[in-house]
Amino acid sequence: MSETPPDLTRPGVSRRGFLQGSSAVAGSLGMAVGAAEAQQAEPSADARTIALTVNGTRRHVTVEPRTTLVEALRDTLGLTGTKIGCNQGQCGACTVLMGGTRVNSCLTLAVMAEGTEIVTVEGLADPTGDLHPMQAAFAENDAFQCGYCTPGQILSAIACIEEGHANDAVEIREYMSGNLCRCGAYPNIVAAIEQVRDSEQG
Amino acid sequence: MRSFSYSSPGQIGDASDAARESGAQIIAGGTTMVDLMKIGVIAPDALVDINGLSDLEGYAVAGDRMRFGALAKMSTVADDPAVIDAFPALSESLWKAASPQLRNVATLGGNILQRTRCPYFRDTAYAQCNKRNPGSGCAALEGGETNLHAILGGSSACVAMYPGDFAQALIAFDAEVVVSGAGGERTIPFSQLHVQPGDSPEVETVLEPGEIVTEIVLPVVPAMANSTYLKARDRESYAFASASAAVGVAMDGDTVSDVRIALGGVASVPWRATDAEDSLRGQPLTEETAREAGRIAFETAEELEGSAYKIALGADVVAGALMQVKSRMGGE
Ligand SMILES: Cc1cc2nc3c(=O)[nH]c(=O)nc-3n(C[C@H](O)[C@H](O)[C@H](O)COP(=O)(O)OP(=O)(O)OC[C@H]3O[C@@H](n4cnc5c(N)ncnc54)[C@H](O)[C@@H]3O)c2cc1C
Ligand code: SF4
Ligand code: FES
Ligand code: FES
Repeated sequence: MSETPPDLTRPGVSRRGFLQGSSAVAGSLGMAVGAAEAQQAEPSADARTIALTVNGTRRHVTVEPRTTLVEALRDTLGLTGTKIGCNQGQCGACTVLMGGTRVNSCLTLAVMAEGTEIVTVEGLADPTGDLHPMQAAFAENDAFQCGYCTPGQILSAIACIEEGHANDAVEIREYMSGNLCRCGAYPNIVAAIEQVRDSEQG
Repeated sequence: MRSFSYSSPGQIGDASDAARESGAQIIAGGTTMVDLMKIGVIAPDALVDINGLSDLEGYAVAGDRMRFGALAKMSTVADDPAVIDAFPALSESLWKAASPQLRNVATLGGNILQRTRCPYFRDTAYAQCNKRNPGSGCAALEGGETNLHAILGGSSACVAMYPGDFAQALIAFDAEVVVSGAGGERTIPFSQLHVQPGDSPEVETVLEPGEIVTEIVLPVVPAMANSTYLKARDRESYAFASASAAVGVAMDGDTVSDVRIALGGVASVPWRATDAEDSLRGQPLTEETAREAGRIAFETAEELEGSAYKIALGADVVAGALMQVKSRMGGE
């Protein structure tokens, strides 16, 4: 359900309007980026340098306490593969792996990620350029249209299998529910995950 | 987000001292805190990160008391086969909440203290919100939409709904929370942790400044093993409850010897439906007695225009949860 205040001039925004509600969230994919970046005003005296291991490489980044992990990745390290959609933990576009588990990097403060290992979409293909099996499966199954949600979907999908929550399509849908897709590529995303799961088992 | 200072103490006493400073707030998983800081609803001067208190990450379900450290992650506890087996409602209340990504960082202590999702509380463009801005009025009650609000335990000052799921499994089973602060350690019945809005909706809990929740403790009872958490959501998954129920039942032959019912998505605080429980104790558990319990659970509900649908929905959820537990116990 949408948590933005309903339009008061429009009576009876129905709780059944959930499709409306969720597409309102998905519909904001990509639109919050400017707003988030515009907020970097007055640098704080509390800025500090933290160490992160990003895609296998130890990196040092100078951040303020209020810098989120996604801002550190995108703005400071230039890793723009990780996307910002809702910026509120609702869409999953900012999903990265932190210490091996999937998290929303928009709700994680960079200082709180200090010392952890981060994997972003840039770290998935192997050094020779071969795609990660999940990336290949997304391509083969047309599991995206505009592609905005895709980096987050792929990282979440990898974690979904790793966690053991990809046993059937219903479970995959439940455990991929933190990743919204405005383009509605859900059936193909599920197919890609099933394909990778089956090839890993086989 | 307004800037703030940040510290990560390694000792509970230091963390509590730092959190007691005026303008300081505790952060655990940060999924409520960072969200609310971004939208300007809260603007702390200092954040005290308690993740350095690694003693608080553990939990144990064996023995006659279950204990959960405040920093245990929602996902870890939800997925633990021992928890699923001993107390299914608790596991379900966790995995049916939020999303996998959120559950990987969100902590049990932070979860019970999450803030309301009232859209006017969350939008600083609305000047009127007694909870955010005491004495300013209530945008929901004064011409707003009340479809996400409380029909139980609200007041004329605030009808914000307590949105958490896990808390319902806790209150149904007599949980206690252990807290640590300047005055040392104390234990609070979970049912007394949250306070109804009354005239001062800005006061949400009985915690003193700097008090840190360290542990959640539950006495083990047979009804835990026969429990479930049923959650009606507008989307199939990944949404807050429109109405939900944590229930547990123990039978003595054909009659109910113990029953627990708590309601989510409908009340201002975690809500135990004791009258509904009383109606079932000593009775057989049938479709009729389950429906009657559902009806009684909402007998004292206030008519609130946008949320009136929750009365019928909530009663159905209570009855449905009871019947689900019955069928799991091997009844017909
Ligand atoms: C998009 C979205 C969807 C969600 N859906 C659901 C849902 O369906 N059901 C549900 O139940 N929840 C839902 N949530 C809420 C989520 O479960 C909570 O945000 C989370 O559990 C809070 O835990 P945390 O560790 O991140 O807390 P934090 O954000 O770190 O803290 C929350 C509050 O608790 C205080 N605090 C934290 N730990 C302690 C402690 N040990 N002692 C004293 N004070 C403490 C903090 O000061 C703060 O006030 C959702 C959240 C989001 C963003
Ligand atoms: S219901 Fe409570 S939280 Fe919502 S606007 Fe009214 S006073 Fe604020
Ligand atoms: S940007 Fe939407 S969840 Fe982080
Ligand atoms: S949002 Fe366009 S492919 Fe998912």
